[in-house]
Amino acid sequence: MSRAALLVLADGRFPAGGHAHSGGAEPAVAAGRIKDAATLESFCRGRLHTTGLVAAALAAAAAAGCDPLLLDDAADARTPVPALRQVARRLGRQMMRAARATWPDPALDALAAARPRGAHQPVVLGLAARSAGLSPQDAAYAVAYESLSGPATAAVRLLSLDPFDATAVLAHLAADVDRVAEQGAAAGERVAAEGADVLPAASAPLLDITAEAHAAWPVRLFAS
Amino acid sequence: MTLALPPRTAPATTAPSPAGLRATARIVARADADGTTRLPVLDGDGPFALRRLRAHGGPARVCVVGAMSAPLGGDRLAIEVTAEAGSALHLTAAAATVALPGRTGEPAHYDVRLTVGEGARLEWLPEPLISAAGSDLRMTTTVELAATARLVLREEQVLGRSGEPTGALRSRLTVRRAGRTLLDQETAYGPGAPGWDTSAVLGGHRAVGQLLVVTPEFEDAPAEVRLLGAAADQPHRGRPSGDQRPDAQGVLAPLAGPGALATAVAPDGLRLRRLLDEAARGPGG
Repeated sequence: MSRAALLVLADGRFPAGGHAHSGGAEPAVAAGRIKDAATLESFCRGRLHTTGLVAAALAAAAAAGCDPLLLDDAADARTPVPALRQVARRLGRQMMRAARATWPDPALDALAAARPRGAHQPVVLGLAARSAGLSPQDAAYAVAYESLSGPATAAVRLLSLDPFDATAVLAHLAADVDRVAEQGAAAGERVAAEGADVLPAASAPLLDITAEAHAAWPVRLFAS
Repeated sequence: MTLALPPRTAPATTAPSPAGLRATARIVARADADGTTRLPVLDGDGPFALRRLRAHGGPARVCVVGAMSAPLGGDRLAIEVTAEAGSALHLTAAAATVALPGRTGEPAHYDVRLTVGEGARLEWLPEPLISAAGSDLRMTTTVELAATARLVLREEQVLGRSGEPTGALRSRLTVRRAGRTLLDQETAYGPGAPGWDTSAVLGGHRAVGQLLVVTPEFEDAPAEVRLLGAAADQPHRGRPSGDQRPDAQGVLAPLAGPGALATAVAPDGLRLRRLLDEAARGPGG
């Protein structure tokens, strides 16, 4: 299959609903922790090396053909707050709709039937990558990049940040994306032989805390 | 001319090696026929001296007393605790644990293994772990729970002693219940941990901690989400300029299983403990 499928999967216009989510940027902007390009970059680096790494490894493991239900349980154990579990499943359901239409595959149908309310999004994305003929490392790249592009795009809207500056942030973090995608792929490819415990479990306490605080806001621009 | 070697001061039970100290403390709690908990195994080792405290008819109580400075780089320390079926054990520590640099630059390892049987209750409430500048500690806490076991576990990390940068501190907490993984989390702070000192992870805070409660009652009635400290404040766009001090904040939330986890960050260990105590007391307590 074509490697260009990775561009389709990682494109911000892929209709999987990601644009409605800020990846924790909205509460960080409100608290003054993101206020310009430099603080956006710092936030994105932290997110990439914690939840981004876990998500990249989950996606790589799914793309490598591991049992997606086992990975879905592993994702639950690595997501200690319900707001982020709900977001991951909602995004997983939307990713599933888009993926089944784009790269039809009985494996996607089976996961959709087993998790009608949605599986964790990186697991679905990894399975979609597999259906598209992509590699575990491709899946890890798509997820690692997405863990940055979500907050960066949201910050443009939340702060009226110059889109050129936000894109420069993404470019500055390219080497970090390489590193996380490689780490995630290496861990994901070990799961089949060694079990889900080899998946990274890097946590970001403030992302967990502020996700629940944000979910309780009466009015917000982004769903998460 | 001869030089007398200074005598080693480590207790005889430890196995000194050039790489560092190796020591494993073991505790087993066992329920008697009348329901009281005995401690058939209470073996301190190396830096861990174990003191049995008066129980007042409740769970057996043990305090871990630090008998020497540890963990130093190169040390391999472990504590193994088993609360057998029907027993009740409450564990505390006399003082904070300070991770210090060793002579060799090797990392130190500290592994805590907790096993709780059917109907048993274990409370593991140590004092904070302080990561001193230049130290490198890899810590694991692995918990195996039977389906009807109860657990209360507190974990607090303070990054650097007063006014110094933190050492490297990597810690993984894995909780399995009835064969399934209920919680798996790794934190990595300090030199060599990319992104740790960012607004997505700690936001300038230097103390971070968790309080975990697992009980079968949460199966039918999960804990409710509760925001702690500044997390409960209404959102405000633009903080007063010049106010750079981060506010202690946290959340108590149900896990995807019969557990509740409070996570908190704070500028220092004192304010961290205050938030975790608030989480433990319950609303209005």
